[in-house]
Amino acid sequence: MPSPDRTDPHETVRSRLRGLAERLTPGSDDRSSDDDARAVRTDGGTTVSGGSGSTATSQGGWLRSLRKSGFVSSLPFWLPPFLLMGLFVYGAIGWNFLISLTDMEGFGDPEYSSLDFEQYTELFASQTFIDAARNTFVLLVAFTILCIVLGLVLAILLDRTIRFQNTFRTLYLLPFSLSFVVTAQLWSWMYDIENGIVNSILGVVGLQPDWIGNPQLVLGAVIFALVWQFSGYTMVVFLAGLQTIPDEHFEAARIDGASTVKMYWRVIVPQLRGSMISALVVLMIAALKAFDFLYALFGQYRPAAGADILATFMVREAYSNQNWAYGSAIAIVLYVLALLVVIPYLYSQYRRGEL
Amino acid sequence: MTDRNDGTTMTDGGTATPSTLDSVRDSISWWRIALYAALTVIGVYFLIPIEAGLVTSFKTGESVIRTAPYAPPGPGGFTLDNWTGAFDALAPGLVNSLIMTIPATVLGALFGSLAAYGLTQISWRGQIPILALFVAGVFIPYQAVLVPLSQFWSMIPLEELLSPLWALPFFHPYQTDLVELIVTHTAYGIPICTVLFRGYYVGLSEEMIEAARLDGASAFGIYRRVVLPLSAPMFAVTLIYQFTQIWNELLFALILIGGAGSPAAPVTLSLVGLGASLEGIDFGLRMAGAFLTALPTLLVFIIFGDQFARGVAGGGT
Repeated sequence: MPSPDRTDPHETVRSRLRGLAERLTPGSDDRSSDDDARAVRTDGGTTVSGGSGSTATSQGGWLRSLRKSGFVSSLPFWLPPFLLMGLFVYGAIGWNFLISLTDMEGFGDPEYSSLDFEQYTELFASQTFIDAARNTFVLLVAFTILCIVLGLVLAILLDRTIRFQNTFRTLYLLPFSLSFVVTAQLWSWMYDIENGIVNSILGVVGLQPDWIGNPQLVLGAVIFALVWQFSGYTMVVFLAGLQTIPDEHFEAARIDGASTVKMYWRVIVPQLRGSMISALVVLMIAALKAFDFLYALFGQYRPAAGADILATFMVREAYSNQNWAYGSAIAIVLYVLALLVVIPYLYSQYRRGEL
Repeated sequence: MTDRNDGTTMTDGGTATPSTLDSVRDSISWWRIALYAALTVIGVYFLIPIEAGLVTSFKTGESVIRTAPYAPPGPGGFTLDNWTGAFDALAPGLVNSLIMTIPATVLGALFGSLAAYGLTQISWRGQIPILALFVAGVFIPYQAVLVPLSQFWSMIPLEELLSPLWALPFFHPYQTDLVELIVTHTAYGIPICTVLFRGYYVGLSEEMIEAARLDGASAFGIYRRVVLPLSAPMFAVTLIYQFTQIWNELLFALILIGGAGSPAAPVTLSLVGLGASLEGIDFGLRMAGAFLTALPTLLVFIIFGDQFARGVAGGGT
């Protein structure tokens, strides 16, 4: 449909682009347009997904709508990255599952002719596996909760300051830029029995625990160091979330006579759900890579008893002991655990129209 | 950003009356003193490990034992030997890490941007399963792909495929391992890059692309002339994030390179075990090595940290 008015199409495009560029420049004071866009998007999402359940379009109509929306012309853009990623991610996981059904070990090639679940039965009967699974769970839960709590408190404190906000923000974010390996080296010095900071402070009360060697203490020591590395990042995410909350909400709470603590707890925190989810996403990814930290802290595949998690257990079995099939089975268990988090996350994103 | 928290705009508008919000949030001044005190105390928690590591890296072995871990080196205890020693030990690793990180970061971001652009053009329903696969790809425990990855790269005769390269200057056959790492990191970087860019592109897809299409631009023309120039802030975030992730990664390096002894070992691999010997750990050397390893990503964050935080604020995750 050609438009009836005779304006120069280039001009309309340019003016639209200008408007958009203004809207998108970072640091622009006007956040409302952004919020509008989000509101529209989520509305659109829910109505569309709500509608998709009830519509019964024929196959032909579905294809036509795809073509109209540029499905074919979009292929060259997303298909190559999709194939590369698909091969390495989903292809590899499928292959990994196949290997876990063989009894591949040592230097032989896997034998795909006889497949069974023997590795899994052996695995679930192993005490090492049960301990590693328990440690993984404790690490994941404690690490996530502590990072969220500390990050939230820091964000609320920083949100109330005016001076030096950027300085504090960058300062708290510094550990996030470090490698797990570097963090492990720094904390191996912090926890050093004789000369480390932690014990030189505790030495005043006559305590000198072996933080890394003692199976009772090591998991806590690891969690403490990981929280140090990541709580600054969760703070940045919450700070961003706090700054999108309109001022009226603070005022409304204030007029109602709510105390500051109550105001944040009842009014502000519930509105940070989106920030909470994106913080959890990053913490999940970080926790999955905790292997790097443990390997660097102990300099070998075998962490101290008490800090062995599924990730270290898997790499040790596969690469130290060359029990490839057994290691693959542990990896599949780890992947299933990750899916238990990912699938609800995907579903909630879908329900909110974000997918 | 709102200006209520932005020191610069506050001072710019010095005469402006503070908004009601300021009076709500910052009513009492002793509150503010306590607030700054709390922020500083927490700042100490974040800084102490970094500070202790830094002073220790300038201490002689004797001074490490004699002085408090957070105190500066005492008289006669100052030395630069740790830094020169660490540099000698890690220089090849730093070069390898750069060779590995830069191409993988750029390629991953570019693929992510292209995929996200392609996916914003597909109608809602066709997009969901494909997008779900991308998002789920973000949460892959790398352990779940290690064994196939080792198998895969041992089956591909990469060194022969790349043989024309080895005749060139600066190229050596051992860098085959680095090419493996580049491809691996690019592939596993695609999901997160796609998700980041898509979150940003849905905001501009509809009207933008429609307008340019009326203009008669091809899909690629729209991408190059319209979408790519607008992607700059998101490219900043993605490049910073991926650079940090890939530079800091250890597991793939460990598995594909084999050990710190290899000439292709990235710096994280060389750093593990640095300073450890039968006599104990030389913490001075180890700390200097840790800072050398962290230097590139620390610099990136000190320079671009603000941009990163702003981009995180604007682009969801």
